[in-house]
Amino acid sequence: MKYAIQVNASPYLSNVGYSAYQFIEAALKLDHEIFRVFFYQEGIYHAFKYSTPPDDELQMTAKWTELAKKYNIDLVVCISAAQRRGLLCDDEAKRQGKIDQDLAGGFRISGLGQLLEASLLADRFIEFG
Amino acid sequence: MKKFLFILDKPPHSGIQLQEKLDVILTTAAFDQKVALLFLDDGIFQLKKMQQPEKQGLKDTSSIFNALEIYDVNDIYTEVESLQARGLKPSDLSLPVKEFYRKDINELMRSYDVVL
Repeated sequence: MKYAIQVNASPYLSNVGYSAYQFIEAALKLDHEIFRVFFYQEGIYHAFKYSTPPDDELQMTAKWTELAKKYNIDLVVCISAAQRRGLLCDDEAKRQGKIDQDLAGGFRISGLGQLLEASLLADRFIEFG
Repeated sequence: MKKFLFILDKPPHSGIQLQEKLDVILTTAAFDQKVALLFLDDGIFQLKKMQQPEKQGLKDTSSIFNALEIYDVNDIYTEVESLQARGLKPSDLSLPVKEFYRKDINELMRSYDVVL
């Protein structure tokens, strides 16, 4: 089955992001397809490259980057939600006359159209948080 | 085309959560999908007339609800019990709503492809 996933909660206020991660891993192990993971609202805090939690805590951003690399999953961060919260990638920062590159590896920034496309093309669309 | 049912169950004016949800709703409608809204629990307050959110530094989201018609979003549902528990009548709301009893909400949800 083809799944699309949306994550709306930050890694520190809620554990739904990790639930989404565990769901995705389980689905992939059973040969399902993850069409896209869309990070929206506070969920964009999963994509901050420089988030540095203590070593004995869950390294959520690093886990997403690894997952994207291992399974070639499309991790998309909503541009308007990201800009509101100060997460900019290089070219977007330039366009805004700012200097910034906070986006962690494996993620890309794009618009809500990507969320809609995912919900239309997937067999199941699941929202976490 | 898919049929989307958006559930709004959070009170208005608690940060920008509603605004971000409305962005998804309007994007979905703008891409010619069938969109319906279901107001439950404290979400009902989002449609309460006479709000003045500007005083809290927030946008007046009720004006966005009034624009839904332009996007062909005309199916606005609410729950009888949610209204009653808050002492509200449909006439207190800024949009005409279709009321459903709690026992019928499940069936309503099942008639949609995507429930968010």
